[in-house]
Formats: sequence, C-alpha cells, structure tokens
Amino acid sequence: MCLAVPGRVTEIKGKTAVVEIMGALREASLELLEDVQIGDYVILHAGCAIEKLDEAEALKTIELFKELKDIYHA
Amino acid sequence: MHNYLDPYRDAGLLRQWAEKLRNYRGKPLKLMEVCGTHTMAIARYGIRTLLPDTIRLVSGPGCPVCVTPSYYINNAVRLARRPGVIVATFGDLMRIPADEGSLLEAKAQGADVRVLYSPLDALKIARDNPERQVVLLSVGFETTTPVAALTVVKADEEKMDNFTVLSANKTMPEVLKLLAADPTVGIDGYLYPGHVSAIIGTRFYEELAEKYGVPGVVAGFEPLDILAALAALAEICDSGRPAARNLYTRVVKAEGNPVASRTMEQVFEPADAVWRGIGMIPGSGLAIREAYARFDAWKVFDLETDHDAEPEGCRCGEILKGTKAPTDCPLFGIRCVPENPVGACMVSSEGTCAAYYKYGGVR
Amino acid sequence: MTERITLAHGSGGKLTRQLIERIFYPHFANEILQTGDDAAQITVSGGTLAYTTDSFVITPLFFKGGDIGKLAVCGTVNDLATSGARPLALSCGFILEEGLDIGRLERIVASMAETARNCGVRIVTGDTKVVPKGAADQIFINTSGIGIIPEGCQISASRARPGDAVIITGTLGDHGAAILLEREELNITAEIASDCAPLHHLVSRVLAEVRDIHVLRDPTRGGLASTLNEIAEQSGTGILIWEKEIPVRPEVRGICEMLGMDPLYLANEGKMVMILPEESAGKAVELLRRDPLGKDARIIGRVLREPARKVLLETVAGTKRIVDMPAGDPLPRIC
Repeated sequence: MCLAVPGRVTEIKGKTAVVEIMGALREASLELLEDVQIGDYVILHAGCAIEKLDEAEALKTIELFKELKDIYHA
Repeated sequence: MHNYLDPYRDAGLLRQWAEKLRNYRGKPLKLMEVCGTHTMAIARYGIRTLLPDTIRLVSGPGCPVCVTPSYYINNAVRLARRPGVIVATFGDLMRIPADEGSLLEAKAQGADVRVLYSPLDALKIARDNPERQVVLLSVGFETTTPVAALTVVKADEEKMDNFTVLSANKTMPEVLKLLAADPTVGIDGYLYPGHVSAIIGTRFYEELAEKYGVPGVVAGFEPLDILAALAALAEICDSGRPAARNLYTRVVKAEGNPVASRTMEQVFEPADAVWRGIGMIPGSGLAIREAYARFDAWKVFDLETDHDAEPEGCRCGEILKGTKAPTDCPLFGIRCVPENPVGACMVSSEGTCAAYYKYGGVR
Repeated sequence: MTERITLAHGSGGKLTRQLIERIFYPHFANEILQTGDDAAQITVSGGTLAYTTDSFVITPLFFKGGDIGKLAVCGTVNDLATSGARPLALSCGFILEEGLDIGRLERIVASMAETARNCGVRIVTGDTKVVPKGAADQIFINTSGIGIIPEGCQISASRARPGDAVIITGTLGDHGAAILLEREELNITAEIASDCAPLHHLVSRVLAEVRDIHVLRDPTRGGLASTLNEIAEQSGTGILIWEKEIPVRPEVRGICEMLGMDPLYLANEGKMVMILPEESAGKAVELLRRDPLGKDARIIGRVLREPARKVLLETVAGTKRIVDMPAGDPLPRIC
C-alpha cells in the first residue's frame, strides 16, 4: 500500500510539479506539501508528492548503516 | 545524494547486515510486518532466507486489497456493467476474484474499466466524459487516502456532477492495537510501514510500546532499510525494554505530514469497517463525510453490503492475522494459484500468498 | 481452466500455455508442433526449412520506435532467426475493421515494405478480409515466414545444458515500457522507444564464428521471465540469472519503480536470449557487441541441473528466489 518512489522536482507550474525518476517524467500534485522548490527530491505516490526527502537524514542513515553497530541505541 | 535508491541496495552492506542478523543470539521472536509493499520487498529480495531460525517474520493485514471484503468487488463489477458508467481503478484490484468474476473479466466482456496510476487521473476522465458517471475505486491506508481525499476536494472545487468515489479506505492504528493485544497472535514486535508513517507520524508507535509493551521500528522499502530495521527490532525485542524507533528518517518525521492528514480529515471521518478474514473492527475505516455526500458512491448508487463467508478451505483470515502461513492453507498452490486465485491473499500483487508463491523462497 | 477467453490468455504467460497445452496441442497433435519452438523445422530434400507464424493485434498502431507493420515483419524474421535460419519469404494476411482509414493502412504497409527491404526478405503472398465495425480493433495482421537453416545448425529451446552460459543481447523492457507510455492514462513521458528490430544479421554474425549455439529465443510478450521459464521447461533444466547483471535502461527502471512493475516481465521486440557452452560465451558477447543491435550484450546467467524446470534469480542481497511465469499482462500497482 506504500509503493512510492523518490524523484527530483524539475519544474513547478502552480500546484503541480514535474518529477523526474531516472529520466522518466511524471506530473505530480504538490497539494499535500508546503514549500517545495525546484531541485528538491520528493516521494511520489499515486501521482502525488507525499513528502520531501531530507538529504541530510539520508546521508546520516547511510552512515548509520555503514557503522553496523547496535542501531537500537541510536 | 542524487540517487536515493542504490545506496540502500549496496551489495556489500547487505552482506554485512545479513551476517549480523544471522548472528542474532537472543530469544525466539515473532515479528510482524504490516505493509503490503514490505511483504513484496521482503519476498522479492529473499529476506526471509537471511533470518535465523529463532526469528519468525509473519505478514499482517497490511495489504489493503486483501482486507477489502468481496462485496466491494461485487459492487464494483456491477457498477462497471451499468451502461454509462466508467470505473477507474488501481491495477491491484483488477484480478481480485468475486462472485460475478473479476474486474478484468468484466472488462473482457465489454465493461468500461480503466486502470490508473493516480486517482487524480480519474478527474480527467470525468472531465472528458461529462455525459458518463465515473466511479473511482478507492482502497488503501493512510498513504493513499490523502490522495483520494484530494480528488474529492478538487471535484468539489470544479463542481463536478459525474464523479463519485467508492471507498474502502482503512486506517492502521486500530488493527495494530487489536493484534498487539491478542495473545493468540503473539507478536513480539512490529516492522512499521514507512509511507503510512510519513503521513501519520510516529507518536502512535511510542504509545503502543509504552501501553501495550510492543516495540516497533519504522522501515523504508529498500533491502538495506528492511534488514537493518529487522536487526534493530530484534535487539529491542530481546532487550525487554519496548521502544519505537524510526529508521526511515529521510522521509518520516515524528509529526508526519500535517497537510496530508488535514486533507484526509477534511473529506473522511472514522467509521466501522469490515476487514476481510478478520471481521468488523470499530473505527478502523474511513467514510466520506456528509458534506461531500454527492461524491460518495455508497450513497449515490444503490449498492448491497452483504458480508459473505470465505470460500470453503480458504485461510486468508488467519494468514492476514499472521497465525498461519500460506503453506498451512489446504488450498495454497493446489486449488489456489495466481492464475486461478480463490482468496484475495493470492491474487493481490502484494498479498502474502502471492508473494510466497511467486518468489518461492529458495534457500 | 476458466470458461471464457480473457485478456490474460493472450499475454504469453501461464494462461497462454494452458490454452496451448489443453486445446491446441491435443487437437493439432504432431511432433513438429509439440517441440514448442518458435519456428518449426521441416526437413525437405536438400536442407531444413524453418517455418513460423505470428499474429499482431497491438494498439496503438503507431508508437515511438515503430508500428504494427514493422513489428509484424521483425517479429516473424526474429522467430525464424531463433532456429538460426536465413529468412526467405513472408506471407501476410490482413483483417481490417470496417471504417479503417486507408491512409493509416498505407502507412503501415509502407513500413512493412521498408522493414522487409532492410531485412532482405520479400512478402510473397497475402490475403485481406474486412469485418464489420467492432469485430476487430482497426487492423489485425497475421504473418508466416519461411527460412533456410544452415547445414549442421541445431538450435532449439530444448537444447540448454547444465553449465551453459545465458546471454542477453541488450537492455530489457524497452518495447513494453514504450507501449506503456503510449497509454495516456498513465501520463508518464520518457525518451524510450520500442527496440523493434530484425535480429537475423546479428545472429548470423555470431553463428559464422561460434558453431555450437544451443538456444536462441526472443523474449517478446511475457518478457525474459516467460522465455527463460519456457526454455527451462523444454530443456528440463534450471536457469539462474544474476540481478546485478541484468541490463535495464534508467528510464525503464524509473517507470518500473513508479508503477511497481518488473522489467523481467516487459516485452522486448529487438532482443535475443542466447544459450551456449560457457567456453564460447565470451567470444559470442564480443561478436554481438560489434553490432549496434548487440552493443549492450552480456552474460546474465547460467543453466543449472537443479532445480529442474525452474528459473532462479540471485538478488543483490545475495539471496536466491524464484522467477515465476506471469499470470497475465503486467499491471501498474499502488501497493
């Protein structure tokens, strides 16, 4: 029920964005988010951007996964 | 970061985390994932084969199509057969078997059924076909429901008179509580759905840990996300100190997405709902509010809501609660196969039985 | 078996196989047909003929990278190529829906003629029927083709042997993805064109220097997954493929991630699966890569003794899982 994919916002026309996923383009509604800019990465689900991707958190998560220690304590 | 997928599929890191899981030496655990997309990802990457014998991972009722009662598809098929009606649906619903055949079969017989990727595209169909009634089949949990709600808001703004939504949308909290409190289900910990959590946030999971003693970890959908989350969940469960952790922080915030939640609440209100195989769970469903009644297909069309019994032998109910595995069902792989499914667990693309059958799970 | 024909019966997966095995084979029964190869091999005095037939019902009629006419010629030539044959001649039967614009028909016929010229093959016989409006979807094309199989060439889907290498001649899913994009209800755009192309020159380039090719098959409807399952079944062997070796264009991958589809199940119209002894695989890939139609050729797997008749995928996580035959056409999903 959660099938969604990260994509980059390449264009914004009012409340609609063009999101690029590895070269494929799809129009997506921005009406469930605030403050989206061109160049942001969003999670695309059913034609709608449902959240922004936080790059800092993404990098932190990878570092966490690389460390391999007990991430329960994180 | 420019590619938010491949770093979480890194073969080297996957090997390391698989090793870590294999080295789990704690007490035996029964963990439950509650998202159809997790079911698929786990099967697709063979993640169960990486778990030690002491950790059992079961699939819960997180497949919205599987838990949709068969009367829903019966109604959808009957609507599709009406002249002047266009039924717009996600691909996931097309092959679900029902009394009068599936939507795919109805389409082969001439019904106007259109497969969409986005509910918003149904509005375009309605605009392009003003003399016909467009019915959007709306199933899903809190990831998809805000999009369905947005569709209704826009139909209202455009004053459409030929668009309705047949809703079977549900929410997760009530069923999570129900299963956490059920000793026969015996869950030690939950793998929480990453995108539902992106909408509703994580506070409810903290409540489940504190009040029900059931810990959980919010996980993304790439294999590394899932492996690391399972390892973390195993550690938390073994520690005896229930807690909720978020390992999908790149998408999920503690407070969720307030705009999406507000949109959902604007259009939908909690209602009792029937979960196929489980029965009625109070307050676990969503119904379109009175203010938007003219977009509610349940009100606009004359439809039956008889609750049917499951076919003889079908174990979908117990499989959805995680008390039986697909291989425990007498019909699995014999009478119930993807090309001739008996219950929704087999035909839904992310149903537990479909995933087991399709991906085999070779050690 | 279900009582009525559904769309799934035509998708190249399990239900198509059921129709073949429960209806066509029992009635038409003969050992040439029941070999199950894409082209029948018929010995005539002086050599062996390859003989194949195919029907084309695709919509839309025109798509990025081709049209139903080009597809018909390439598809037939490629079926002949799977037996190693040099294509000789094609037949072509049209079933036209009443009301079809003749200009469209002419565009399709011109495309067929051009493709045939490029293939060095002639359309030597034909037929035309018209059915009332609604009885056909604009135009249906049936073709058959004959070709000559070179002396000593013994290529069949039943000849895969444990230890053989599995090669794919290029990226997967381009045609299937291109057709998906034409469906405007999905509203996705990408620079993807159908890979529709004739492959007999590519094949003969390899055959000239690599004598012991065991299997050739083009993974059309049902995708690579269906084709490998068919080969595993016919040969009685297992096949293992490595997820990290499977070539997929980024745009096709993006579309599949968005719609929850798997490139292994998308149609290809300009690619060939080649199975041959491991020691010849490197040379075959090198020869393929010299041709633009084979520039992305690579080894993607191996034939196994066990598990017999099953196709396995080794995932990037290092685990193995089954690649099943599809039950029907791929559908976009939300879950």
